Amino acid sequence: MNILAQNALVVQELAVNLGDFYLQDFNLAVAEGEYYVILGPTGAGKTVLLESIAGLHPVEGGRILLAGANLVAVPPEQRGIGFVYQDYMLFPHLSVAQNIAFGLTLRGEPKSVIAERVAELAQLLGIAALLHRAPRTLSGGEQQRAALARALIVKPRLLLLDEPLSALDPETSLSLQRELARLHRELGTTTIHVTHDFEEAVALGDRIAVLNEGRLVQVGAPEEIFRRPATEFVARFVGARNIFTGELQHLDNGYSHLQLPALEIAVLTELTGRVHASLRPEDIVLSEEPLHSSARNCFRGRIVEIAERGMHIAVTVSLPPEFTCVITRRSLEELGLHVGREIYLSFKASAVHIFGG
Amino acid sequence: MRALFANKMHVIFLALGALLVFFLAWPLFKTVTASSPALLWETLLEVEVRNAILRTFYASFLATTIAFVLGVPLAYMLARTEFPGQELVQGLIDLPIVVPHSAAGIALLMVFGRRMWLGRLFERVGIRFVSNFPGIVIAMLFVSLSFLVNAAREGFEAVDPRLERVARTLGASPWQAFWRVSFPLAWHSILSGLILMWARGLSEFGAVVILVYHPMVAPVLIYERFESFGLDYARPVAALLILICLAVFVLLRLTARKRGVV
Repeated sequence: MNILAQNALVVQELAVNLGDFYLQDFNLAVAEGEYYVILGPTGAGKTVLLESIAGLHPVEGGRILLAGANLVAVPPEQRGIGFVYQDYMLFPHLSVAQNIAFGLTLRGEPKSVIAERVAELAQLLGIAALLHRAPRTLSGGEQQRAALARALIVKPRLLLLDEPLSALDPETSLSLQRELARLHRELGTTTIHVTHDFEEAVALGDRIAVLNEGRLVQVGAPEEIFRRPATEFVARFVGARNIFTGELQHLDNGYSHLQLPALEIAVLTELTGRVHASLRPEDIVLSEEPLHSSARNCFRGRIVEIAERGMHIAVTVSLPPEFTCVITRRSLEELGLHVGREIYLSFKASAVHIFGG
Repeated sequence: MRALFANKMHVIFLALGALLVFFLAWPLFKTVTASSPALLWETLLEVEVRNAILRTFYASFLATTIAFVLGVPLAYMLARTEFPGQELVQGLIDLPIVVPHSAAGIALLMVFGRRMWLGRLFERVGIRFVSNFPGIVIAMLFVSLSFLVNAAREGFEAVDPRLERVARTLGASPWQAFWRVSFPLAWHSILSGLILMWARGLSEFGAVVILVYHPMVAPVLIYERFESFGLDYARPVAALLILICLAVFVLLRLTARKRGVV
């Protein structure tokens, strides 16, 4: 990774002490243009971490490098780091338009330029009709769109999103999640998004970092985190899962077909289009002969890895793609499994959990 | 309305409360109605009365202005930060509410008196407090600043600090975040604090009379006329002052309600 790239963020040995909360020796690296999701339980210090990066808390030590320049001594207004809170934090005494315009108004931009940019961003976020309204008259989803527009209008080098979808109802949350993905595709803003929701993390993150007790315990691509949790905490918090991304195909006998790059699996869902799918390792059955029961999915693959994981054995089978299954030591011996052996793998369509992209 | 006479307890509570309201309203009503409008008008035309009332308004206005400039920043710091001795400062701010106001006047004399070093220092630049207009201002300031500082502090406390933080990330300096976000949002509270403080200053007698008997503020004038000439002579001035304060207070409640405060 090129840490000197225009908008790459590197946090080194950061120490923050707020009395009842502290971070120590905290490290983090986000590539330019990356959508980086920090996943962690409530109370893991995610907000304090983001606020520290934005310069809103004094740090006791360490470095915060943006494009290689240390920002620790730079006041927040000069960092060019945008911030969006879970509960929007729109200025209640200003209209939606004035909220969005806030950053440009501070810079003393001409009124015509401001009006043009506000209209542009309102258009981008689908809130053009709400500009004259007071923030409190907006729904949660609309307020969060306004807050995003307000953060984006100043073209931040880095965008920090603090649980931006957590206060919204599931439907609104999903639609705004797609919006975030689209905005990131269109604008390419380097983004750090913190959440406690693993589906959100998978759907949005180029990489996911799992935070626990003020420390990143694992960083990697979504599949990696869920397939190979590095610690017991990660495994328990995210739950070990097989994660796939694919396109949903036509309905057939009540089943949808999820088209993965090299495989098509039957699933149960109302969704269409591009989605993510997760499958718990313990929901996969391994057998010597193909199983044709109520399990709708049965494939033949080759074992590429067998790893002990506590009381269980994790067996990775490549079809491709790779599936990780969990079996007991006893079935390992009974089936006589070893790396390189071909084996049948089955799971029910209903065991595959489909969620939005 | 429906629940007003819902049970015996309500009826008894109402009766008890009514006594207190009566106790409050009756004397005020009697004072105001005892003098004819013509007499009130005549009283208002008296130079001594008019000057005393204007002097009172002006002195209280100046005291409120000083408290605004010095007290709003203090209120902000009390609301937003933690510093050693904060409890002590907060206690001090509340103190004038409980200290007898004549005692407050004595205390001010101990510092701003003509033989005290600070009093002498001010006198050197032409500001004398004892028996002089500035004395009225500091007496009013002393006894009524609690109202403004506390109202402003509560106003700032009600503003989520994260609103300021967002403003900072959007390019606002600490000053800009204050003037564009915190101050406008706390303004309703500050405004009601200002009006309350001003009204409290108008009615101050005890502290003022110790420092400054002459020139007279309206409450001192009422006292003097009562002492020297009796009830009939003091009453029209009292009625005038009550009416004026009542008008100001009603105006305050109305504007405050319109703005959604109080």
